[in-house]
Amino acid sequence: MQGQPALRGGYFWAREAGGRVVRQSFFPVLTVVGLLLVIWYAAAVWLNADWTYDKATRSGEVVTTTSLIQDTWAQKKPKLPAPHQVAAEIWSTTVGKNITSKRSLIYHSWVTLSATLLGFGLGTVLGTLLAVGIVFNRTMDMSVMPWVIASQTIPILAIAPMIIVVLNAVGISGLLPKAMISMYLSFFPVVVGMVKGLRSPDQMQLDQMRTWHASAAQTFWRLRLPASMPYFFTSLKIAMAASLVGAIVGELPTGAVAGLGARLLAGSYYGQTIQIWSALIMAAALAALLVGIIGLIQRATLKRMGMAQ
Amino acid sequence: MTSAPVISAKSLSLTFETNDGPVHALKDVSLDIEKGDFVSFIGPSGCGKTTFLRCMADLEQPTGGSMTVNGVSAADARMARAYGYVFQAAGLYPWRTIGGNIRLPLEIMGYSKADQAARVARVLELVELSGFENKFPWQLSGGMQQRASIARALAFDADILLMDEPFGALDEIVRDHLNEQLLRLWARTEKTIAFVTHSIPEAVYLSTKIVVMSPRPGRITDVIESTLPKERPLEIRETPEFLEIAHRVREGLRAGHADD
Repeated sequence: MQGQPALRGGYFWAREAGGRVVRQSFFPVLTVVGLLLVIWYAAAVWLNADWTYDKATRSGEVVTTTSLIQDTWAQKKPKLPAPHQVAAEIWSTTVGKNITSKRSLIYHSWVTLSATLLGFGLGTVLGTLLAVGIVFNRTMDMSVMPWVIASQTIPILAIAPMIIVVLNAVGISGLLPKAMISMYLSFFPVVVGMVKGLRSPDQMQLDQMRTWHASAAQTFWRLRLPASMPYFFTSLKIAMAASLVGAIVGELPTGAVAGLGARLLAGSYYGQTIQIWSALIMAAALAALLVGIIGLIQRATLKRMGMAQ
Repeated sequence: MTSAPVISAKSLSLTFETNDGPVHALKDVSLDIEKGDFVSFIGPSGCGKTTFLRCMADLEQPTGGSMTVNGVSAADARMARAYGYVFQAAGLYPWRTIGGNIRLPLEIMGYSKADQAARVARVLELVELSGFENKFPWQLSGGMQQRASIARALAFDADILLMDEPFGALDEIVRDHLNEQLLRLWARTEKTIAFVTHSIPEAVYLSTKIVVMSPRPGRITDVIESTLPKERPLEIRETPEFLEIAHRVREGLRAGHADD
């Protein structure tokens, strides 16, 4: 009864604030981060070495180990920028710039974030409504579910430009087309999770409702919906990450001038790898933040409901 | 008592169609349960005792024969909320407190807030769980959870209590205690109780009438009227009278098995 698998797991900072778990997982996490940094720095030397040797050959300099490392970690357009280069770029484009500036990463993050949140909201509403329909209506179960699954087999990169072009043709541009692509990706995990969640009450619980002669609406509000909450939050986490991907993908084919996707695209046009990587890291941090917030809401809600001990 | 039986089954049959052919869960079952009876159904698995109980509750539809509950069809009785049903598992909602769980059927049936509160307090007292109203189910032991589920079934004052192996998942010490409590509760509330079990001592200890069933096809092989007094301390289980009834139940169960 208690402790559905969906309630377990979660994020280390959300589990027991200041508790044993945080301390226990702090060092493992730190170790992994450290290891990744070591690999990253080594890879930077390895991938950027060609350019260093080319340069040295042309100027007739001799490359020593020290100069190799110094150069590969400090090139202007490296194949793989070193972590500190990315960190410096992020610092200068966030703290170092006015947030209204077109060069501010905060400004671009906000553009992407607003599309993400709108798409996430739309996707959550659409997904929940579809799930309710599928659970309560056999015809919808048979007819809608295959389409829901088929929708996700179409590569989003293929359909994104069409959504933008079609919506542009009917006079909709700006935030909404990107949000639509976000919604397209994010409604799916919500449908799947909520269908499972709304169907999670077992036969005995449904029989019990029957013995009380409860209406379908009463069964929904008092049994199915509360029982689906752990599934709902798990779906929301996936949907949030998918929304962000959707918003970034939505910025790629349009030649958008703002947003993390636009930064990625501009960076790739001009070989600005440091800019690409800083936009990527920013997107990852944004995703972690958003998913972490949902984790906190999940924890608070389930605790209030008495479903997390 | 000359009034009409509370539950009456006449040559009731239920056949499930399966891929391996029809399964006769119940065949030609006839039984009357009088008001205030405590009737136990006992038999090996597959004898249809639970199916019979579910027919009374309109959770299964018989394929033959007839069944009345409170003088009307089982379906009408269910819609009139004529019975409380206790399942094998307590089935309390983890997101509701004990009080909230007991309130659940009352909310569904549209009782007023004040009435709900009064009823919750009364049935909690009846199952000796006063003071646990604001606890969550996981804070209670298995036996206490099952008592809460009995309280929930009592809350809306149905005259009939249908219980499907309510103590089957509990250990024997807890079970003894709950059996004693259940008898006290039955004496106080004068409900009509139909009780499915596969424990012979439990059936003999609790019942005024023991219905022995056997499988393939599910049918009644013996109906034993208990001669034990209504007042039953746990020690009654050592008396010759008790042992004789238990012996007869065992014989009935064995007879049902003789043909396989």
